[in-house]
Amino acid sequence: MSEKPKESKMDRKEFMIKISLGIAAAGAATVAIPVVSALILPVLNDSPGAWRKVGLLKDFPLKSMQLISFTNADPVSYSGKTAQSAAWLHRKSADEFIAFAANCTHLGCPVRWEEGAQLFMCPCHGGVYYIDGTVAAGPPPKPLTRYKVRVSNDIVQIQTAPLPITGP
Amino acid sequence: MKKVFRNIWLWFDDRTKLSETMLPLIRHPVPPRKLWSYVFGSATLFCFILQLVTGVALSLLYQPSSNDAYDSLIFITNHAKFGNILRGIHYYGASGMIILVGLHMMRTYITASYKFPREMNWISGVFLLLFTIFMGFSGQLLRWDSNGVWSSVVAAEQLGRIPFFGKYLARLLLGGDTIGGHSLSRFYSYHVFIFPGLILLFIGFHIYLVFKNGISEPPKAGRPVDPKNYRAWYEKYLKENSVPFWPNAAWRDVILSGSIIILIVILAAVFGAPALSGPPDPSVVHTSPRPDWYMVPFFALFALMPHGIESVAMMIGPVITIVILLCIPFLSNYGERSPLKRPWAMFGVICVFIFVISLLVIGIQAPWSPDFNAKPLPLSAVRGDHADSAIINGTRLFYARGCEYCHTIHGFGGKNGPDLSLVGNRMTQNQIIIRVVNGGTNMPAFGNILSREDLNIITGFLAAQK
Repeated sequence: MSEKPKESKMDRKEFMIKISLGIAAAGAATVAIPVVSALILPVLNDSPGAWRKVGLLKDFPLKSMQLISFTNADPVSYSGKTAQSAAWLHRKSADEFIAFAANCTHLGCPVRWEEGAQLFMCPCHGGVYYIDGTVAAGPPPKPLTRYKVRVSNDIVQIQTAPLPITGP
Repeated sequence: MKKVFRNIWLWFDDRTKLSETMLPLIRHPVPPRKLWSYVFGSATLFCFILQLVTGVALSLLYQPSSNDAYDSLIFITNHAKFGNILRGIHYYGASGMIILVGLHMMRTYITASYKFPREMNWISGVFLLLFTIFMGFSGQLLRWDSNGVWSSVVAAEQLGRIPFFGKYLARLLLGGDTIGGHSLSRFYSYHVFIFPGLILLFIGFHIYLVFKNGISEPPKAGRPVDPKNYRAWYEKYLKENSVPFWPNAAWRDVILSGSIIILIVILAAVFGAPALSGPPDPSVVHTSPRPDWYMVPFFALFALMPHGIESVAMMIGPVITIVILLCIPFLSNYGERSPLKRPWAMFGVICVFIFVISLLVIGIQAPWSPDFNAKPLPLSAVRGDHADSAIINGTRLFYARGCEYCHTIHGFGGKNGPDLSLVGNRMTQNQIIIRVVNGGTNMPAFGNILSREDLNIITGFLAAQK
């Protein structure tokens, strides 16, 4: 007789432990959903490329290499200056443009076109590229990334793209 | 009056039991010290407290948004009263914390204090080291000048080298697929909430372990650690030798920490905060990003390591380093602690120290970077007939065609390529032509860039430099 109530008391205690821990876990889990979403939001949102006008055909003389800047695909109103990206636009022939990302493929530093040397040079670790974007010297593993360019009605447009990540 | 305050304190202490809890901690028995080597941990802690206080002060003046942060930095530096010194203290405090955390770790390794039963002290310390380095890095980003923007791009590129997840990790870091409005908010959250929170948590755990396991006794050759009876031995040792932590042992900690904080304030007052490098506009590419000094060894490593293994090294390197650090107490948690009996361990410490310092020194010089500020080569500096048009044109073209970005000649130009001041002594003009046209190890091929005429003038000029 004395055994039975004790056993049911134990069950009740175990049940309360389980339900209290369960409710605590459920509470934590429901909070975790919006918290984790905030943490990983940049991976959830995809911004499609947008075409941006960078100038008129006559602004780009034949064989020239010019620095162009344009607004990223989907900037928020508080981006300010950081909504801008840059690219090097080369007019190879009358109707052929090549746009190079300004990021070195080594570690992303800003490459600059040096007219005298006819080379792109990176200030960080000495990456050097030829006029066609291929690697001339230094550590870069790949040629400069290219953006899409199109010309319609004498307007030169560039397609925005994510920051070029070289990858493994 | 004195009696009133005393009574208030006695009532407060009775209800809170503060001295009952705190006094045994403050006066807990520790091994007697004769050296100044056990003070770096507490100095790191004081630097961290300094960082908390100055960080909170900076947050009163700082605008954590991609658009406004840089302007608020200009305000803090140039307009806010003592703002430049406040920024300076936070900067030198970060530098101090990184140096001290390094010294603390070296000392712990040299005296093998990580051995039984203090393995978890070491492991929590490894995490604190990593968090401290991340704080240094993220703090540099919050300056949100051009260096900050490009450093975050560099970090994203490094994460990008990780297989499968790299691209996503890079996006997570930047807050999007480019630098933008979300980037700085995230760095701010990492630097101000998430990592300080983790550091506080781990410092609490680290200090708890110091109390629980006791401060390690100064090592003595011929007195090895035996996990079977160390705890009993340590208790007996303390009973015979110990002194109370405060004030017998801690006066050194307080003097060093206090002096370091005064030194940091003096440095900040004399040298001020590090200069801002330009607005955070990713479309301004004419900038030369450089990390703060404590990140320079990494910067140098990326320039110097063989390019072929870089992707693997960038990913495996940190993993291996962290795994080795975490494994140290398990590789040898017993035996001799004295550095005199562990010559190979000491050799390892010296090697790591020399490696890091060498990377720092070479990274500050950065000879691999093109010299964008090279001055035009003056005719008066070169060898040969200064009235000869070939020499005059060669001198002009050597600068105009960009040779000086990488080559030094008569004291002018960069350090990436060989010094060409006396190149005529080791190469003929034909040999120079072959090298310039085809390029070489780490030299671009100029065959499609230079006209035949320019090539002849430049190489003729170089051959005359002897």
